[in-house]
Amino acid sequence: MKRKRIIKQSILTLLLLLGAAEMILPFLYMISTALKGPVYVFEFPPKLIPSDPTLQNFRTALTKNNFGHYFLNSLIISVITVVLILLLGSMMAFSLARFKFRGRNFIYGMVIFFMTMPSMSLIVPQFVMADRLKLVDTLSGLIFMDVAMNLPFSVFLLQGFLADIPREIEEAAKIDGASNTTVFLQIILPICKPALATSAIISFLGVWDEYVWATTITNSPKNWTIPVAIASFQGVHTTNWGLVFAASLIAIIPVLILFISLQKYIIKGMTAGAVKG
Amino acid sequence: MKQLKEKKFPYLFILPGFLFLFVWLILPMLSALNISLRNWNIMPNMPKPWAGLTNYSQILSDSLFWLSLKNTFVYALVTVIGQMILGLLVALLIDNLIFGKVFFRAVYYLPVVTSWVVVSLLFKFLFNSSPSGFINYLLCNVFHIIDQPVSWLTEANTSFAAIDTLGIWKGIGFAMIIFLAALQSIPQDLYESAEIDGGGTIALFRYITLPALVPTIATVSVMLLIGAFQTYVPVAMITKGGPLHRTEMVVSYIYNTAFTNLNFGYSSALSYVFALIVFGLSRLQLRAFGGQKGIAEK
Repeated sequence: MKRKRIIKQSILTLLLLLGAAEMILPFLYMISTALKGPVYVFEFPPKLIPSDPTLQNFRTALTKNNFGHYFLNSLIISVITVVLILLLGSMMAFSLARFKFRGRNFIYGMVIFFMTMPSMSLIVPQFVMADRLKLVDTLSGLIFMDVAMNLPFSVFLLQGFLADIPREIEEAAKIDGASNTTVFLQIILPICKPALATSAIISFLGVWDEYVWATTITNSPKNWTIPVAIASFQGVHTTNWGLVFAASLIAIIPVLILFISLQKYIIKGMTAGAVKG
Repeated sequence: MKQLKEKKFPYLFILPGFLFLFVWLILPMLSALNISLRNWNIMPNMPKPWAGLTNYSQILSDSLFWLSLKNTFVYALVTVIGQMILGLLVALLIDNLIFGKVFFRAVYYLPVVTSWVVVSLLFKFLFNSSPSGFINYLLCNVFHIIDQPVSWLTEANTSFAAIDTLGIWKGIGFAMIIFLAALQSIPQDLYESAEIDGGGTIALFRYITLPALVPTIATVSVMLLIGAFQTYVPVAMITKGGPLHRTEMVVSYIYNTAFTNLNFGYSSALSYVFALIVFGLSRLQLRAFGGQKGIAEK
């Protein structure tokens, strides 16, 4: 019986390792290409371990292409967007989870509707809106849209989290004369920490990687974000793949750090809607 | 006075967030209808003449739209099925594992959190047409499946290979995570009592695991379908819809109609039709699974 179990576990592990290799190999080849000089990128046979590794691509990416500026743009946009989403999202969720008011169902239905709507289906009128508000080619235009697109999911997540939490503490505080705002700031926000963490990470990942809107409303390189910049490294005729992947790796680093350290919250967020519903 | 304040409170807390949704989602949804009924000109102060339903009737005879719709359907079918089957398989393997669960979960999930732009460029590079392209090298020189290097991205019959493979590869982890959570919520004693009754592995899967997973399969497939229908970045990065619109998807067609050809009216009409198709399809899908769930419960 014990032997049978060992064999079963070994087969499972072996199969999973085979699949895992396919998940990881493209990334390894990307790292390897980033470490190759231009002459080695298309050498035959292709080598996973570069014969003459160099950090030149990383140096070029960091110093010559204004990459630091794009990185900063992405960081500013992501941080402001996430803070706004957490604040506005938790306020909305608090109202939806704790109060009965006229229009509540309409607002909640709208949140669900926009959460499942294909995000690209409104890009034309959204562009027209940005044009009217003089937000084309501005960082604020990116932030406003990123907030609107990611807000519904966070409201949904926080609302669901709050709905499962008993109200005793809040009610006790209210009897003691606490205002709704006090309850929100001193009781609700601390309780919601895990759900706030989840929605912060999920929104951050979405905003950090967002490409379509960013490339649509920015014209001047000074407003580019990292994905727009990386896409622009892809030349019309020849592409310097080493440089593209060095830049890509730099862009992936914050995501990887977040993912490895906060895996628990990311997975919670991804499964929140699907398993329950 | 206090009561009035109490009544106003939820509205005050909803308002700031609602403003964002109103300006960037609700108003655009309404204005898209207006735009779609006109010959819209993006230049300021230019006339935007009323066009009635001409944009919509144009869709009917627009062969490029129908081609892109067909491409989108085929892409969605291939990638959703691929992601579901492989994701479920990996979830089942991980669920039965004693050591290394967290490690494998993280590895398979890695592509999900990586930027679409980055992995699209990566797959474009892997599917390079030269003999030293990674996929060509593997298939020609390592596994000997093909005799000579293939120009994956520019040949009509293989132009979807990179986009399809990427779509599946990037989404396995997402399906896996959700299936894994669902598998872990199936009560263990169900399996134990069935094992006592002499059920084999396949019977256990067929009569316990699978029925318990039906609601999850329904939600995951709808989520993946909605995702597949809006796949734009890989097309824009890898093939630009070519060769000869062979990899043109509805979203890339909508995007280019607006931002390359500057035909905002027609693009909005296309968006409306497309959103309706996606919405209707996901309803149908949920309903189909809903019926099956009823049977499973009986």
